[in-house]
Amino acid sequence: MPDLKRTPLYNLHVAAGAKMVPFAGYEMPVQYGLGVMKEHLWTRQHAGLFDVSHMGQIWVEGPDPGAALERLVPQSVIDLKDGRQRYGFLTNDAAGIIDDLMIIRVDYSRLHLVVNAAKKDEVLAHLREGMPECHVESFNASVHYALLALQGPQAEHALAQVIPGVRDMGFMEYRIFETDFGRVDTTRSGYTGEDGFELSLGADQAEVFAKALLAMDEVELIGLGARDSLRLEAGLCLYGNDIDTTTTPVEAALEWAMQKIRRTGGERAGGFPGSERILNQLDNGAPRRRVGLLPEGRAPMRAGTELFAGDGHVGTVTSGAYGPSLEAPMSMGYVATEHAQTGTPLEGEVRGKRMPVTVVDLPFRPSNYKR
Amino acid sequence: MKYTENHEWLRVEGDVIVVGITEHAAEQLGDVVFVELPETETQVTKGDDAVVIESVKAASDIVAPVDGEIVAVNDDLADNPGLVNEDPLGAAWFFKIKVEDTAQLEAYMDEDAYNEMIG
Repeated sequence: MPDLKRTPLYNLHVAAGAKMVPFAGYEMPVQYGLGVMKEHLWTRQHAGLFDVSHMGQIWVEGPDPGAALERLVPQSVIDLKDGRQRYGFLTNDAAGIIDDLMIIRVDYSRLHLVVNAAKKDEVLAHLREGMPECHVESFNASVHYALLALQGPQAEHALAQVIPGVRDMGFMEYRIFETDFGRVDTTRSGYTGEDGFELSLGADQAEVFAKALLAMDEVELIGLGARDSLRLEAGLCLYGNDIDTTTTPVEAALEWAMQKIRRTGGERAGGFPGSERILNQLDNGAPRRRVGLLPEGRAPMRAGTELFAGDGHVGTVTSGAYGPSLEAPMSMGYVATEHAQTGTPLEGEVRGKRMPVTVVDLPFRPSNYKR
Repeated sequence: MKYTENHEWLRVEGDVIVVGITEHAAEQLGDVVFVELPETETQVTKGDDAVVIESVKAASDIVAPVDGEIVAVNDDLADNPGLVNEDPLGAAWFFKIKVEDTAQLEAYMDEDAYNEMIG
């Protein structure tokens, strides 16, 4: 595939029989021999190893990068403790979401950010413009660094065999380990609804590290196909589908990720792009909301499915798939707030036919994060 | 057995054609999670959408390979769509279509030609 970049694990994917597809400018494994359904279930029961090296990793250094980043995000970064990670998003002046990201506070002078693959150049430029007092540097993930995720109830047991210190880590904790595979920057986090770890390490060590994990009975390679159904069951947004520059954080039901200190009445309220509109929506509500949707029957309602209450068009599905653990189809989408109450019956138009669907709470199944 | 370019197999039983999809097609689709079958006693024309298959990846259609009347559908697939992956050439037939004459079948491939097409 011409013009597509490859991650440090490309050869491993091909040797493992992956089906490779173009994704965000990279050749990525969508599935391996097990197939999407079994890979999904494997991750819920054992431990799945994901190559997410296509994602953007950014280092920020400066006198107080947390304070600088607070000018660009509605999160509290100043209060984030050393060695802690937090989910956040960059907003624009219209209160839309430029990208969602993981913010890791390494220490007082350093942040490590993980951003979406398709947005990394734009985000890098945005950060450099918005926090000029800091040095903002991209890891060129395809050449220098790999990012792996090990997810599932047996992830700790597996990873501890090569990095024993991970046993003591709490949810959203960040630690640097010096290992046989060089330095491994580790967070206890992920995007599957399971306990697990995200591991940033040198590209030259990625394959031998992955092979050490894959030698364990409980670890299998898992592709992007299962990653999508896992995150959807966990109620998590996919940038570009469920959130983008046209959706506000309150419409996207992401207020849980906006700490009180940045809200109306807080010590550092506002001061980020679009803050007037976002704080107003936090106080008074938004015209539409992202909700979970459970179709009746077995037919999935995919992204783009239009939603109706009686004759009125009330919303659109932004992600939809079959949930292998849920054993049913599931969707999420935006619905006019007056129809967004849990339990509201709606209809989705699938191939010209109106099918019943019910508004439900997210996530679709309880997550198993380490507490 | 005849094969279409759309990866359907056609088994001729007198004036009734049994329609399913090939192993190659089932493999390409991935895990099938939903099958929507046509109603029996429906008249169809060659090329009409007859079945919707939803896999974990996407939705795809099976078209009527010939003109005729749908005389039977495989209701087992509604409850157990995974049959399409388990036994595409046997238990996972989709529908039976009764034809006036079998002339339209002549244009379709035999097994060797189909295997050559999929490489």
